[in-house]
Amino acid sequence: MRIDRRRALAAGGAILSTLALPPTLRAQGKPIRIGSTLPLTGPLASLAIIHKVTAEICVENLNKRGGLLGRPVEWVLRDDQSKPELTRTLYEQLITSDKVDLIQSPYATASILAAMGVAQRYNKVLLHTSFGIPKLAKYDMQFQTAGSPFDPENVWPNHIFDAAAKLPKPPKTIAIVTSKFPSVHAISVGAREVLKKRGLTEVLHLEYEFGNRDYGAIASRVKEANPDFLWGGTNGVDPVLMLEAMKKIDYRPPAQVHLFPAPGPMLKMPEAQGSLALTTFESHPPFTDDPAIAQFVKTYAERAQQAGIPYTSVDLQSAIMYAAWQVLEAAVTATRGTDDKAIGAWLKKNEVKTLFGTLRWNGPQNYVEGADLYKIKQLQQGKWVVVHPTQWAAPGAKVV
Amino acid sequence: MPSATLLGQSVLSGIFIGSLYGLLGLGLSLSWGMLRQVNLAHFALAFLGGYLTFQLSGRLDPFVTLAVVAPLFFLAGMGLHWFLTRFSVSLLNTLLVTFGLTSIIEAGIQWYWTADFHRMENAYAAVRWKVGPLFVSLPDLLTLGFALVLSLGAWAVLRFTDLGKAIRATTEDAPIAAAFGVNEKLLGYLVSGLAAAVAAVAGLCLALNHTLAPVQIYAWMGVVFAAVMMGGLGRPIGPLVAGIVIGVSEALTMAVTNPTWAPLVSFSLLIALLLFRPARF
Repeated sequence: MRIDRRRALAAGGAILSTLALPPTLRAQGKPIRIGSTLPLTGPLASLAIIHKVTAEICVENLNKRGGLLGRPVEWVLRDDQSKPELTRTLYEQLITSDKVDLIQSPYATASILAAMGVAQRYNKVLLHTSFGIPKLAKYDMQFQTAGSPFDPENVWPNHIFDAAAKLPKPPKTIAIVTSKFPSVHAISVGAREVLKKRGLTEVLHLEYEFGNRDYGAIASRVKEANPDFLWGGTNGVDPVLMLEAMKKIDYRPPAQVHLFPAPGPMLKMPEAQGSLALTTFESHPPFTDDPAIAQFVKTYAERAQQAGIPYTSVDLQSAIMYAAWQVLEAAVTATRGTDDKAIGAWLKKNEVKTLFGTLRWNGPQNYVEGADLYKIKQLQQGKWVVVHPTQWAAPGAKVV
Repeated sequence: MPSATLLGQSVLSGIFIGSLYGLLGLGLSLSWGMLRQVNLAHFALAFLGGYLTFQLSGRLDPFVTLAVVAPLFFLAGMGLHWFLTRFSVSLLNTLLVTFGLTSIIEAGIQWYWTADFHRMENAYAAVRWKVGPLFVSLPDLLTLGFALVLSLGAWAVLRFTDLGKAIRATTEDAPIAAAFGVNEKLLGYLVSGLAAAVAAVAGLCLALNHTLAPVQIYAWMGVVFAAVMMGGLGRPIGPLVAGIVIGVSEALTMAVTNPTWAPLVSFSLLIALLLFRPARF
């Protein structure tokens, strides 16, 4: 093939521009392999896709910045099908067969618990995003990246009732309706104690099985109890189903919280407006004051749309995964290696600034007792905005 | 003590959810009882019907979508019947094959519509009436109407028409029915196609009343199976009656005790029936 002058110049220019890049931006050598599973199929798949898109952006950004320790990062992802027993097997494979250097979080309490057992057997550090029952996390080298407290059953109800106290008509009577999904159930049990201590009155307490199909009778009971405030120990699409059942009987609770709702389906529901929920991050200032985070929010919106995710704003789910990669990067960079023991020791003594606050692991079982990074958001005019605590509230936003 | 309004509203709620159990159970009961095919894919088809209704509802009225989805499903049902008879799949193996098909349909739904929740926006959802202290919503009433019309219609066809007699004769003894000139193969395709078309109607009702997610395909299996078994295989009205009994029992359980006990109701009723009327099975 004949090379003309124009082609030679172009090729030379390309080589020169590559060489001119700062050394830290050129990841070289054997990749650092980081293994994890996500429930890409099964009941948790709708949330796993959020984690997958987020992690892909994180890995891409890491590699753009020169990788970790100057080496490219390769994320080895397996589908655990929302099955904890499969999660256990896959983490075993990732460590022994794929020989990954580090492991990263699966999704949801049961799978994290399964992965934790494997991590313990092989002395691997396990960062985790969504472990709902901290007291079960006994392994010395597990570290949460969700900003959860050691005692969510105490801290989160207090956050919620603090926010509810700012409502135009602060509630005095509470109806607690909770799914038996382990984490939300534990928090709702805690809420029953907290409301007593705060002098509130429980007028109804109902529990239902996760995956309930018919909320008609539950809606009627809430209507009859006529509470000032509905505590929905709910996650996923349960709040939507519950509110629709209430709509059918012409009832709307005066005020309500739903702990971890799927954010998208509630947006268009008039009955859901004003609902409170827990979060760590929402896509508005002050969270997006950092240009890197603002860029992440923008990139996520594009990728989420491409992936067919209906709700394209970064919120709790996406943020906890992003934080997991921030923590991993900080720990590997600080320890200058991928040695799990060194990373574990470093994390215990240090803190990492994430997109929703500063994570620390210096309390019981690597958690912090009585404090966390969670906030309260409210659905206002079709948009979720943080309203409590004030320093994290969207500009001009308050509990309404 | 629960009020009369609470009990009345719960009974209504139970009747409506029970009619959906019956509608989902109708096609399953027909293919199980008449064709000896335990078609688990019926649930996946119903949800696929729901998703197609959701998809098409942007351009068409949800009820008009039935004109597209039901014939498509009729053909799909005939295709499934061809496959199962071509390879002489036994009763037990139809369970396995159609479970596999369910997983494939679920994966297809997840691939196209993602695993996230989808909700069909429609004008019907907002329509409701107050009858005394009780409320009745249009989508619920439509589900009950569809369930009644299709179940009673299927019963009447089987009971009073020559076609129905031929189908029943084939179910009883296919070779003898064939000796009397009944086209056994054609009837098999017809029943399978109609059962699948009923799944399209159930899909419409699911889309009108519920939020769709691929994984929910499995959430309905247990209770609808119980309704079909309690109602009797191949008996069109049975699943509807059993579905309403289960639905009302579940709703009353939720109204008077902790709702967490409700899922035990359907299988407790099934076990009770097995104990006290074993000859039925």
